[in-house]
Formats: sequence, structure tokens, C-alpha cells
Amino acid sequence: MSTQKKNTKNMSTESKSHDKKNATQKTSARKQSKIKKTVLVTGAAGALAQQVINRLRDEYQIIAVDFRKLSYHSDDIPSYKIDFNKRGFEDIFKQYDFESVIHLGRISSAEETRMSRYNANVLGTQKLLDLSHKYGINNVIVLSTYHVYGASPYNPALLDETSPLKAAELTMDLVDSVELENLANIYLWRYPDLNITILRPCNIVGPGVRNTISSLLSSKYAPTMMGFSPIMQFIHIDDMADAVTLAHKQSIRGVYNVATNDWVSYQDALEYCGCTEIPIPSIPPILPKVITSLLNLKMFPSYLLNYFKYPVVINGENFNKTFGFKAKRPLKEIFRNYRELKD
Amino acid sequence: MSLKSFLKEKLVSKELNDQLDKIENPVGTLGYDPWGFNTDTNKIVLSLFSSVYHKYFRVETSGIENIPDTGPVLIIANHSGQLPIDGTLIGYAISSREKSPRLARAMIERFFPTVPFLGNFLNQVGAVLGDPVNCARMLENGEAIVVFPEGIRGSGKLYKDRYQLKRFGNGFVHLAMKHNTPIIPVGVVGCEETIPAFANIKPLAKLLNIPYVPVALPFILPAKVRLNFGKPIHFSNEDLTEEQVTRRVEKVKSAINGLIAKGLNEREGIFE
Repeated sequence: MSTQKKNTKNMSTESKSHDKKNATQKTSARKQSKIKKTVLVTGAAGALAQQVINRLRDEYQIIAVDFRKLSYHSDDIPSYKIDFNKRGFEDIFKQYDFESVIHLGRISSAEETRMSRYNANVLGTQKLLDLSHKYGINNVIVLSTYHVYGASPYNPALLDETSPLKAAELTMDLVDSVELENLANIYLWRYPDLNITILRPCNIVGPGVRNTISSLLSSKYAPTMMGFSPIMQFIHIDDMADAVTLAHKQSIRGVYNVATNDWVSYQDALEYCGCTEIPIPSIPPILPKVITSLLNLKMFPSYLLNYFKYPVVINGENFNKTFGFKAKRPLKEIFRNYRELKD
Repeated sequence: MSLKSFLKEKLVSKELNDQLDKIENPVGTLGYDPWGFNTDTNKIVLSLFSSVYHKYFRVETSGIENIPDTGPVLIIANHSGQLPIDGTLIGYAISSREKSPRLARAMIERFFPTVPFLGNFLNQVGAVLGDPVNCARMLENGEAIVVFPEGIRGSGKLYKDRYQLKRFGNGFVHLAMKHNTPIIPVGVVGCEETIPAFANIKPLAKLLNIPYVPVALPFILPAKVRLNFGKPIHFSNEDLTEEQVTRRVEKVKSAINGLIAKGLNEREGIFE
């Protein structure tokens, strides 16, 4: 391990109040890193990253970064809030001798503007992959989303990893998700030594998850598209964290869907979670777009409307077989937790 | 679900419930499969549909035993009647036959998923978007699949063209060859008269982005329906030109024409 590199620079993090704490953390981390391999986990403030960190912390020295906010995990896990596009981001690579990178940090499609999402998700990922290549990292996990397939009435069920990514064709608001994938794919083939594993999970739900679908299942009233109830897949955050951990442990490059072999219609899912449906008129197609745009519903954004009309059912068998993965939490248990939150 | 459970309890007889439970179909913990089929909805609809099948359309079948008890099979039929009534009747006939009932999955036209309520309803009772990827995967699962190779050319045809088969797509023969699947030809007689259409308002159909807008009576006529199932046709998996595949398609088309002629000869009147 060479965490005490000669040319270590000061970090240009945006959290001055945590500098002192970070210094203590770094000293502690360096001591530990003599015996543990070091892993960079991005998106550390998110619920999934926290679960992944909990699973890896005994075996690895974790370095947590997030471009949204500073997260605290424990005294022995250095944490940084940093913009990947800033030069200072490289200092982290100079300071720590990373063995692997788990890139979970993404601004979701319901957050920020299109441009800032592009900068963070696409350009930020490019910087991360460039640095990973430069510093000889040979195990990179990239979290993508099933949204990249696009919600179309002509989608066959059980889309496998070779299916075309049509999300960008249907809405400009998901361009960053597709571009992130394309970029990761280019690096996957151009730099095989990076051993990039791209994971395309179905809807991640469970305690602490703040994405669109989890917000809907948590709320008392949830919009639906009148006359449509597409088949959906859900994976519990604990199962997804297990999947990420498995992918990290085995480091087999490629693109993999991650989904359970269980399915339910959106409206049944809402009913199981104790939500009251608020049907939005679905025809003509312009009407729901106008309604959701006027109401500015963050948990039911206009550009995701098709995902509440048409199914995007993915096939996770390849991941299950390759990595020996099996989700443990059944849908009923997942939905019961959401229902209990409302009681 | 509460409403579904209530309807199931009130409408589904124990006999039908037991019979449908015998049909193997891989579904998840909440009774759904990846194509949207739902066991409870299917049971409720089949219960309700029993009277429509037996009393309204007075369906008669012959040769239904030609459908194998297990394994993949393509059930190829002529299409008619503006709405997917023919597919529903074939599906009911196969899932309610006495010996070895099976769940039949009808491949539906691409425009149905875009229709509110109807698209989801059809999926929940086993219909599937007519896509070769869907069909191939279901054949790998050993399912019985109903295909109408005429597509909307058949369902949207006018009354004056009744029982004249339109062009068949070649896709089903490619799938049958690739997946070593027998083809059961079916001649449907009676559905042409359920919703006789006299014209198609093409500009309106274009405006609404749907395949056709028929000028027809605003209700479904109780024509008697005959479903004649033919003997299995097997095609070996060879590397053929499209022209050779078309010849195989014509063989199936000819078998269906024969079964339609048989049904027309058997009937004594449209509403007999």
C-alpha cells in the first residue's frame, strides 16, 4: 500500500468544518490500510452506498465520497464531499492506493437540471473512469438503471442486456442515464484491465431509498395513469447491496441486469403498500404531461410517465448465474414495510 | 387484493379453481408472470366468460385433442371480427378442455398495449404483445401460443371479405423451425359475423393512431362459433430461403382454409 505518496496534495473538498476530523480519519485509515485493501465508494450519502459500505467495511478500508453532501459513516471511514469534475478530485487518488471503485453516485432524473445532471453523471463518471485507469485500478462497479431501456408499448418482456437502450429516444431527460452507460461501455472495452461491471437494476426500494418509485410507495396518495398498470419489478435495497458486494468481490466485467424473478402490476403494488390511487387522465397523451408539468410533481415527473404506462421488465438471469445471486426479500415483505410506515 | 379476492370468492367455482390450478404456469409470489398474466384475474374472467362461451356464442370445437398435453406449441388461426374475440374463445377452449387443460397465450397486435384498460386486461388474462422475442421466450418455456399471422389485416377486414384469408406473416414458421415446435392449424368460423364491418374510416383511424375504425353495429352479434383444430404440422429446422419459408407458410394457410371450409359446411345458419 502506498497511501503516503510523496506528492500528496491538500484536498479541495468543500467541507472546511470537517478538515480536522478528516485528518484524524486519514491517519486512522492509513494505519488500517496497511492490512486492508482500499475501496472508493461514490454516492456515499445514499442509502444503497451506506448498505454497501456496511458490508465491506470489515474487509476493506472504505473511502466515501459524494458530490451532493458530506456523509458520516464512522471515524475510520474518511468521507468527502467533492465535485468529480474539480481538479482536487484526483488528490484522493493520489492519497489513497485504491484497489477498486464502486460508483453508485448519480443524480437521479428527478433532481437538478438536465445540464447539471449531465455534468455530474456523465462528465463526472468520465473523470472517475479516467482516474481509475490512470491509477491502475482493476475493479470498477458502475451503477446504472433499468430506465435506460426506455418505456415503450412495444417492449418485449424480460429484456436482456443486449436489448437496445431507447430511453434517450423517448425523453431527453434520461439522456444522462444512457450516456453514462455508453461511456462506461466504451471504457469497458477500451480498458479491459479496469474490469468494469455495469449493473442495471430494476426499481430499488426499501428503507431510506429516496428515488421516484420509493417516494410513491411511501406516500399516502400516489398518481397512476388512468387505464394503465404496467408490470414492475422491485428489489430490496439489502438485496441490491448484496448484489453490488458480490459483483465487487468477483469482479467479472460486463453489463448485467439485476432483478428478482417476481413481478407485480404498479396498481397492485400501490394497494399492497396501502397507497390511495389518484388516477390521471391518460388520453390524449398530451393531457397527463400538461397536468404533471403544471402540478410540478417531483415524485411523478412528466418525463417518466411512460414508465407508469408501459412495462420495462428485465431479465436478471445472467447476473444470477454468473455471480450466484439470489434475492432474499419477497415482494410481500417489501410492501408490508411501506404499509407499516403509514399505520 | 381485496376486490380481486372478493370477486374470486363470489364468482370462481371450486371446480374451475381446481381445474385452473392444475395448469402449470410459472408466476411470481403475487400471481403475476413477466408478461402481466395474473392467476386470479384469469380465474375471474374465465368464470364470467363461461356463459359467453357456452350460451352466447354456443361454441363447438373439434380436434382440440390435437394440441399436445405439454411442451411448446403454436396454434395458428384465421383472424376476424374487429375485436380479439376469436383469440379469447380459442384460449377458453384450451384452458377448459377436460383432458390436460392448458393456458393458451394469444399474441396480440401492437396497438393493444396503447389502449387504456384493454391492454392491461388482455395481458392479465394471458395475451402477450405479438413480438418475436416474446414468442421465442415463451416457446422456450414450453407454452401454448395462439398466433394470428394475418394480424390487423385479418381482424380489420370488411364483411364482404369474410373467410378470405389475407397475407400471412412468415415469423411463426421461422419460430416453429427454430424451436422445433409443432403447429396446430385452426379454422375459426362465426367470428366474422359477430361484428360485421361495412367500411373502414381510414382518416379517423390515422388521426387516432389506431389501425382501423370500422363502420359496424354498436354491439356484438350472437353468431354461433365453430373452432376446428387440425392435425399437428411439423417443419424441420433447415437453412431455408425466405421463399422456401413462404411455401411452408402457404401449407399452413391451406390447412386453415380447409378447416374453415369444413366449419362453413357444417353450419346450418349464422345464428343456428
